[in-house]
Amino acid sequence: MNGIVEFLVSGFILIGAVFALVGSIGLVRLSDFYLRLHGPTKASTLGVGGAILGSLLFFSWQERALQLQEVLIVLFLFITAPVSAHMLAKAAMHRNLKRREDTRGGPWKQ
Amino acid sequence: MLEIALPIAFGLFVLALLLNLYRLLRGPTLPDRALALDTMYINTIGLIVLYGISSDSKLYFEAAMLIALIGFVSTVAVAKYMLRGDIIE
Amino acid sequence: MSRLLPFPLLSLFLWATWMLLNGFSWGHALLGLVLAVVLPLGTQSFWPNVPRLRNFPKLVRFVLVVHWDILTANVAVAILIIGPPRRLRPGFVELPLDLSDEFAITLLASTISLTPGTVSADVSEDRRTLLIHALDVDDEGAMIEQIKQRYERPLKEIFEC
Repeated sequence: MNGIVEFLVSGFILIGAVFALVGSIGLVRLSDFYLRLHGPTKASTLGVGGAILGSLLFFSWQERALQLQEVLIVLFLFITAPVSAHMLAKAAMHRNLKRREDTRGGPWKQ
Repeated sequence: MLEIALPIAFGLFVLALLLNLYRLLRGPTLPDRALALDTMYINTIGLIVLYGISSDSKLYFEAAMLIALIGFVSTVAVAKYMLRGDIIE
Repeated sequence: MSRLLPFPLLSLFLWATWMLLNGFSWGHALLGLVLAVVLPLGTQSFWPNVPRLRNFPKLVRFVLVVHWDILTANVAVAILIIGPPRRLRPGFVELPLDLSDEFAITLLASTISLTPGTVSADVSEDRRTLLIHALDVDDEGAMIEQIKQRYERPLKEIFEC
């Protein structure tokens, strides 16, 4: 396998994996639900994005032709991640989950 | 180089999954667990994609796609249930 | 034309998806074409009023800006997560909406969720305000202004609503 391609593939999957891990660290470490929501919705999406970019490059190189089908997964995640985050946030507000004391403002009264 | 990078990336994703598992078991609230599950399926997709690279097979693409589809629908269903106490009104 | 293809962009998207899923062959190109025509026709009545796309170059620009922001946002959020949690200044921010179309509001809310430290949490009943949870608010007014400038204005121009 070509050195540069191998280097790029390795780089992409490592960056992706690091972001996925950071998102999950946020999930464990932050102190209230609303804060935790931020880690996974962004970092994990980019984490998978990195892994898929690597895989795209890998297979395109292996088969000497552009292989784009995995872009579908990223596209799907980018469309759905905000929706699930939104639904979960709504559910959390509905259940009046505790917020960190120094949170400014608050959910609407319903 | 890929022989070194792949195991490291696998390790990082697995570590991420373990952290998600911790949040899933620990809770403390239902939305937290739902969020942990949501993150787990996203990380699983990453793991499957990596496995596809390491076994040099494109078959796993479909598995990753299916998990993405099912994961999203189930997260929304669970969130909806928490909101309304019902999934289909 | 508009009878046969009520949503040309959706049709194009469906066809592209079909081709990506199955790989290129003439048979699949034809089958994809049939699906791209039949599916929008069959689901026509389920779709809410989707506003007409007015400004295609602006849409491309908008997509590029958002992707760039997603990249930088991820690095910013990653640093915030790794850093000391006490330094975060979380808050709920209310964003008054200028957009009136539901589809455009959905796009704006999704964009906000994907970009720097913000998750859109709720839309008011009258569709006038968006509730956003932010990871780190420095200046509420500046944040609202930035979202309006960067995402809402382009969306308004793209859909003219």
